[in-house]
Amino acid sequence: MAGFAPESSRIPEVQRVDARETDYLRDERSPNKFLVHRKVFTDQQVFETERRKVFDKCWIYVGHESEIPKPGDFVAREIAGRPVLFTRNKDQEVRVLLNSCSHRGAEVCRERRGNQKRFRCFYHSWAFSNDGDLINMPDEGGFPEGFRKEDHGLAKPEQVDSYRGFVFATFNPEQEPLEEYLSDAKYYLDLTADQASGEQGMVVTRGTHEYSMRSNWKLLAENSSDGYHAIPVHKTYLDVQRSRGDDIAGHTEKDWKESHAFDLGNGHTVTVKRAPWGRPVARWTPSMGEDTKKTVERSHQRLIEAHGEERAEMISNLDFNMLIFPNLVLNNIMAVIIRTFYPNQPGHMNVTAFSLAPGDEDEPARRVRNESFLSFLGPAGLATPDDNEALESCQRGYEARPGECWSDVSRGMDKADPANWDELQMRTFWRRWDTLMGEEA
Amino acid sequence: MSFRYPEDQQVSSEKFTRSEVEDFLYYEAQLLDAWKLEEWHDLFAEDGHYIVPSTDNPDGDLKMDLALIDDDMEGIRGRVQRLMSTYAHIENPRSRTRRMISNVRLWDHEDGELGVRCSVVVHRSRVPGTTSYVADVHYRLRKQDDSFKIAFKHAMLDHHTLRDVGGVLSIVL
Repeated sequence: MAGFAPESSRIPEVQRVDARETDYLRDERSPNKFLVHRKVFTDQQVFETERRKVFDKCWIYVGHESEIPKPGDFVAREIAGRPVLFTRNKDQEVRVLLNSCSHRGAEVCRERRGNQKRFRCFYHSWAFSNDGDLINMPDEGGFPEGFRKEDHGLAKPEQVDSYRGFVFATFNPEQEPLEEYLSDAKYYLDLTADQASGEQGMVVTRGTHEYSMRSNWKLLAENSSDGYHAIPVHKTYLDVQRSRGDDIAGHTEKDWKESHAFDLGNGHTVTVKRAPWGRPVARWTPSMGEDTKKTVERSHQRLIEAHGEERAEMISNLDFNMLIFPNLVLNNIMAVIIRTFYPNQPGHMNVTAFSLAPGDEDEPARRVRNESFLSFLGPAGLATPDDNEALESCQRGYEARPGECWSDVSRGMDKADPANWDELQMRTFWRRWDTLMGEEA
Repeated sequence: MSFRYPEDQQVSSEKFTRSEVEDFLYYEAQLLDAWKLEEWHDLFAEDGHYIVPSTDNPDGDLKMDLALIDDDMEGIRGRVQRLMSTYAHIENPRSRTRRMISNVRLWDHEDGELGVRCSVVVHRSRVPGTTSYVADVHYRLRKQDDSFKIAFKHAMLDHHTLRDVGGVLSIVL
């Protein structure tokens, strides 16, 4: 197998991983079984525990450096249930600040993006630098002796770091360094970052998809790399692509070629394959239209010039769906999507998704990309809304019988080399989640 | 391509009356509410375009930015093909929709096309509940025979995100 296969794939899953039996999982051998208790999707106590033991412990994706290219640029968003300002100071350093005034807690910024040196809370006019330091406030002399402005900066995550432009934060002072945490996922982040041949690198394009699902967040972690659901759920997408000339069989093993599923360590997973759709970076297919063929071929040629034939081939043709534990999906499919999601109730999550593109992409190439992205992805795409419906339908099923039943996630468990339509990727996620939930807080 | 209503002027068309334009808009709404999507598709000109920008980027670059919907005629054909299928799971059973159109303004573009702007509310009812989309909709219409063809339809949602309007946008606005 090529360099994209991690060490973990050398040993079959059931030999590599110990059996376990917990409140939430049954991971059994001889015979092999894998069951997830459905209370993990509905139980309020589980939800509160996972906020502490999963989201407050792990590295959590904040954003991409390209979203804030200049000093003073900022984006306001929510990570791990907290409102933050993702910004860049005058020395070009990335900062993540809690968007809540140290004085009484109001938001210090109520715009969703912009460029400013200071954030001034409108409630009592306390002003903070984009390093989070308290600069001034009205009637400063009125505070008692011993009050020091340097003790009243904006709160920050314990650590912030980035890898190839992807910025993460953690609220856990003991969390291992980001690069170690990312483990074998780095290979695929590199493959993504290398899609850009120019100096600008990859950039998040303007236009964010902010939507929601009335389902538990872990169902989307499963769904984002579930090759087994693709044909029944996304039949209309596949039919439309077929009617535009693409070679689509509507059959799992025929449509997903050279398919594997990998455990990347620390709960991160990837499924790889050669999928039947076109890719703007560049694999042209008839559904993209004859008039785009030259544009896509030009993109491919630029990859060859930047990286050589072999790596360009890998970048162009290796479709992959990656989950960086717990809630970052990076799918390199008919376009590159960054998707992140966070629960605000056991049965509800907010989803935010971005398109990642080469920064020097011209208008015709961007047109190909946006059309390819929206042909499937997004809350108004031809496929994603049906994932919403499937996950909401599961959730309605669980809530009708709260605390009952187990879900089967055993597909492909006996195989030495499972495919993307098997479920190794989900079992890997579940084992990590279960391990963290079992640790002392 | 300019399509926006001039915010600081009172405008009207010298060539068309509001009532004939309203008749056309109501006909489009009637087709959409009845799920006559193939007939709706036929309202577009051959070079027609239907766009719904992302909720955080309503004034974005039409050529470069990621929208929610950015359909040329090939895209509209695919969307209609999908939505008419019983395998469009989120719309099976189909949403019941009711479109309300008001504040219709019209003006003449220099190239002869008719600019139209209206406020639209689409109530969408399904088993889990009813939600409503509120949109600022611009058209460029072309007179053809005794009716119009849609050359361009741009529906800008007022919502900050899709989260309080049912989560997704699986219908046509």
